[in-house]
Amino acid sequence: MSATAVHSLWTTAADPIDKIDAPKIEYGQLAPTLIVIGAAVLGVLIEAFVPRKFRYYAQLFVSVVALAAAFAAVVALAAGDYGTTKARIAAMGAIAVDGPALFLQGTILLTGLVAIFTFAERRLDPVAHGNRVDSFVAQAGAVPGSAGEQAATKAGFTTTEVFPLALFAIGGMLVFPAANDLLTLFIALEVFSLPLYLLCALARRKRLMSQEAAVKYFLLGAFASAFTLFGIALIYGYAGSVSYGTVAKVVDGTITSVDPALAGTMGNDALLLIGAAMIVMGLLFKVGAVPFHMWTPDVYQGAPTPVTGFMAAATKVAAFGALLRLLYVVLPGLRWDWRPVMIGVAVVTMLGGAIVAITQTDIKRLLAYSSIAHAGFILAGVIATTEEGISSVLFYLAAYSFVTIGAFAVVTLVRDAGGEATHLSKWAGLGRRSPLVAAVFAVFLLAFAGIPLTSGFSGKFAVFKAAADGGAGALVVVGVISSAIAAFFYIRVIVLMFFSEPKADGPTVAVPSPLTMTAIGVGVAVTLVLGVAPQYFLDLAGQAGVFVR
Amino acid sequence: MNTENLIALLVAAPLLGAVVLLCGGRRLDRVGHWIGTLLSALSFVIGLVLFTDMLGKGAEDRSLHQHLFSWIPVEGFQADVAFQLDQLSMTFVLLISGVGTLIHLYSIGYMEHDERRRRFFGYLNLFLAAMLLLVLADNYLLLYVGWEGVGLASYLLIGFWQHKPSAATAAKKAFLVNRVGDMGLSIAIMLMFTTFGTFAFGPVLEASEGTSEGKLTAIGLMLLLAACGKSAQVPLQSWLGDAMEGPTPVSALIHAATMVTAGVYLIVRSGAIFNGAPDAQLAVTVVGAVTLLFGAIVGCAKDDIKKALAGSTMSQIGYMILAAGLGPIGYVFAIMHLVTHGFFKAGLFLGAGSVMHGMNDEVDMRKYGGLRKYMPVTFVTFGLGYLAIIGFPGLSGFFSKDKIIEAAFAKGGTEGWILGSVALLGAAITAYYMTRVMLLTFFGEERWRHRATASPEQPSAEPAAETRGQHSEPHPHESPRSMTIPMILLAVGSVFAGGFFSIGDRFTHWLEPVTHHDHGDSPLSAATVTGATMVVLVVGVTLAWFQYGRRPVPAVAPRGSLLTRAARRDLLQDDFNHVVLVRGGEHLTRSLVYVDHTLVDGVVNGTAASVGGLSGRLRKLQNGYARSYAVSMFGGAAVLIVATLLMRAV
Repeated sequence: MSATAVHSLWTTAADPIDKIDAPKIEYGQLAPTLIVIGAAVLGVLIEAFVPRKFRYYAQLFVSVVALAAAFAAVVALAAGDYGTTKARIAAMGAIAVDGPALFLQGTILLTGLVAIFTFAERRLDPVAHGNRVDSFVAQAGAVPGSAGEQAATKAGFTTTEVFPLALFAIGGMLVFPAANDLLTLFIALEVFSLPLYLLCALARRKRLMSQEAAVKYFLLGAFASAFTLFGIALIYGYAGSVSYGTVAKVVDGTITSVDPALAGTMGNDALLLIGAAMIVMGLLFKVGAVPFHMWTPDVYQGAPTPVTGFMAAATKVAAFGALLRLLYVVLPGLRWDWRPVMIGVAVVTMLGGAIVAITQTDIKRLLAYSSIAHAGFILAGVIATTEEGISSVLFYLAAYSFVTIGAFAVVTLVRDAGGEATHLSKWAGLGRRSPLVAAVFAVFLLAFAGIPLTSGFSGKFAVFKAAADGGAGALVVVGVISSAIAAFFYIRVIVLMFFSEPKADGPTVAVPSPLTMTAIGVGVAVTLVLGVAPQYFLDLAGQAGVFVR
Repeated sequence: MNTENLIALLVAAPLLGAVVLLCGGRRLDRVGHWIGTLLSALSFVIGLVLFTDMLGKGAEDRSLHQHLFSWIPVEGFQADVAFQLDQLSMTFVLLISGVGTLIHLYSIGYMEHDERRRRFFGYLNLFLAAMLLLVLADNYLLLYVGWEGVGLASYLLIGFWQHKPSAATAAKKAFLVNRVGDMGLSIAIMLMFTTFGTFAFGPVLEASEGTSEGKLTAIGLMLLLAACGKSAQVPLQSWLGDAMEGPTPVSALIHAATMVTAGVYLIVRSGAIFNGAPDAQLAVTVVGAVTLLFGAIVGCAKDDIKKALAGSTMSQIGYMILAAGLGPIGYVFAIMHLVTHGFFKAGLFLGAGSVMHGMNDEVDMRKYGGLRKYMPVTFVTFGLGYLAIIGFPGLSGFFSKDKIIEAAFAKGGTEGWILGSVALLGAAITAYYMTRVMLLTFFGEERWRHRATASPEQPSAEPAAETRGQHSEPHPHESPRSMTIPMILLAVGSVFAGGFFSIGDRFTHWLEPVTHHDHGDSPLSAATVTGATMVVLVVGVTLAWFQYGRRPVPAVAPRGSLLTRAARRDLLQDDFNHVVLVRGGEHLTRSLVYVDHTLVDGVVNGTAASVGGLSGRLRKLQNGYARSYAVSMFGGAAVLIVATLLMRAV
């Protein structure tokens, strides 16, 4: 090429092309998510550049500050009426900023903050080679039981990557319930799922079990994601759009014009129904509803307990948020199709979780089945299809997530030589040896069982009332029966702790650092406050109960 | 200052005393009894202030209200803590706090050597507070609070000497029997709520005029059951005799000022309900008449001075219930007899306590005798109380009891004749057994002197007396002044109260705005009734004189007739309860247990077993293989999709 020609490339004006508008991004309104994702990226940089011995402190600092700042941003948005009068759809229609989104984001951030405290706990395991260790493996890449693993332990390595991983997961969870188009929904789903798969594999003890759990979770999660994605494709075929608002308008017939490219499929109800069912199925997998729950016990048991607590609490909040938005914003026109199906799912979920929990002998698996049963209770609120249903679900999620994190935090305390003593027989007589810990756990169990004066009662009352008012009285009857069945195994653990003779070789209760104590303390406080004086928070959830469309 | 604001203080003063004394700890041991007495007296003084204020108003403006706070403010269910002070409540307030204060004063001396005296005064104050709450409440729900408070305080006080198994048992018995009555009150309140939609006296009593007789009868009978429990009326009378296990001032308090009068108050207060339910009224009069005779007969046979007086109380309350059952003819006299009875019965009990105090806590009257020389003050005051209760002309009991007998005749018809005759018969028996008590205690030989040489101890009718009695010869002596002064004051009341009330029908006019009054239509003239009463009085006294005054009294009770033996056993009330209620209850519970085990547990355990079995089977689905989990998900997804499509197709 000649010099002139080259020069002309520089000087000659190109043919004028259509101007591309830069996408308009409301950074302020997206601040909570951006802060968390930014901090996660910063965490990756810390892993790369900060010397190993400072990483733990740097990561902990960044995570806590980021989550607190993000929560402050949520509060600021809510105070600025973004939850009510100024609710809007930001980022070119991708993200909704409204009451439910802000309420759930606030819940996720607080839950995440408490979870980070349990992640950072380093006093429970005995000191190994002069180094304090946490619940996570020294070096994730080392083969379990190999010389490499021993060397890593000896060198005092710790997997501080868990902090940025958790932050990425939280970032995805923040977007998930706020996603306002199907693609954003899917991306958020993957963004929070992938770090969770990894986190599940990182247990310090029982590593094979942990890795098995991670693989199962990943395989089944990918399977479910495939369904979701295919469902999204079908919906696009039906509506010619992935935006929630547009799909909703096509569903209720406000938009009738047909995109010529999709003339063969648009308006085909079979696509809509199958697509909707598949997307819903993906979300039901995440909340752990029967029959998509099979991963739950295995993964809850295998994952490091702090991760289990985080996952059980935060994933449920995010996934139910997304499910609510999907059913209430995109598919209200399809209510009479999905309601009976969801009622069926709720019934088998409540009964299935409660019944199978009865014969569990491992406390983590027990709590896993309990979480399945609770998913069923929350579904009862979702099915109400009223504003009251939304706010009752929001309240239930907030109440449930703190109980869950607190309960799993207590599980990390009860230990024997092999790490956490999760077999129920080892919990016998715990109340005699460590009355305080046992009493705290009893409070959490009573909250799970829905005994009055705990948050569990307020939440259950709210969702059942919403369901009954919404015309699903039969569901409430099943819910109450399941609660009665569930109460059996919760109370059985309490009886075991307080009325059985302690075993001679029973576990000891480790004295945690203030981090775990804070987590448990917050759990107890929220449980009791929401149980004794729930009105303020019910009002808050009530105000937040309107989706922007 | 508005006087109605003082009403709450009436209750608050003794309540404060109870709280301070029961929570104050040992630091208050030395002054506790004075705190209790002063706060009780304060309540009485406030009562007097309100009373003088009330006298200054017209008859129709005398009812005061004080609304303290809403206890349960729910739409359609309004439970208020509010007080009502009208003439009826005022009468009770003065009686309760006045007599109560005297009993407090008396207890200072009586309980001097008890190391738990502070606690005793705390309970006494609690008793007063509960009773005042009961009579001041302006609705049935708050009345129920006081009602239960009285039950609690009586339990604590009857069982005050809890180291004695008999006291602990007696307290439990009183509590349990009272529960039966309480059940009646709670059912009555629930019926009121479903019928009238409120508990407040005003609306309930106003609305009851237009309500069907059936509902009113049901409420009335339940109220009667409640009254039977608290006032120890047949068939719930059995606790009263055993309640003598409590310290004597407690007996005085229970019998004179608080507790047993609650039933009479309840019926008189609910007059409007009973007026509309003649059947319930008839039941009330029957209960009153039966108890009147029952108590009197029991009183004749007892050798334990306190138990004889307890029988007498039952009988006198029977008079009041009888009068209350007569309707507007009798309400005023029921209350009037209640007040005069409050004076003389408190006096008699305190006198009995004084005798026991001087006789090493001996209660068997057969081991008394000739005590008038040694206890002149007790003798005189007790004697005046005695004359009052038998209705000696001019003394309190004469006026009030005579009116009740007249009113019973005025009921009219056969009923009137029967009730009037029963009341007359009761008066004769009263004269008999009270004369007996008087003669055995204060006259005749000094039987306590020969105790040491008496034949070897034989099992006496009252085994408790054996354990309580000291084996050294007692040295009867007059009680300290803190005990005699209340007795003197009460004696004054016993003598003059009736006359004061009756001159110019003062008491009738005073209560009329609340209870209304009706003269009835007596087939006999007032003079005839009074004459008849005098005759039976003389007959009773003479009979007793022949039996106990002329002949020496054996130290050990003779075997006696069948009736006597039955009466000694409280007319077999406990045997009846045991056979019918205890045995019957045992059979009932046993059969219920059987049904529970086989049927209920069968269903429950069956359900549990099948849930557990289901759980075990479902658990096997969780086999740990990711592939079967995926199959489950796939199947679930298929079902979900098909179901969604089917919903559209259907």
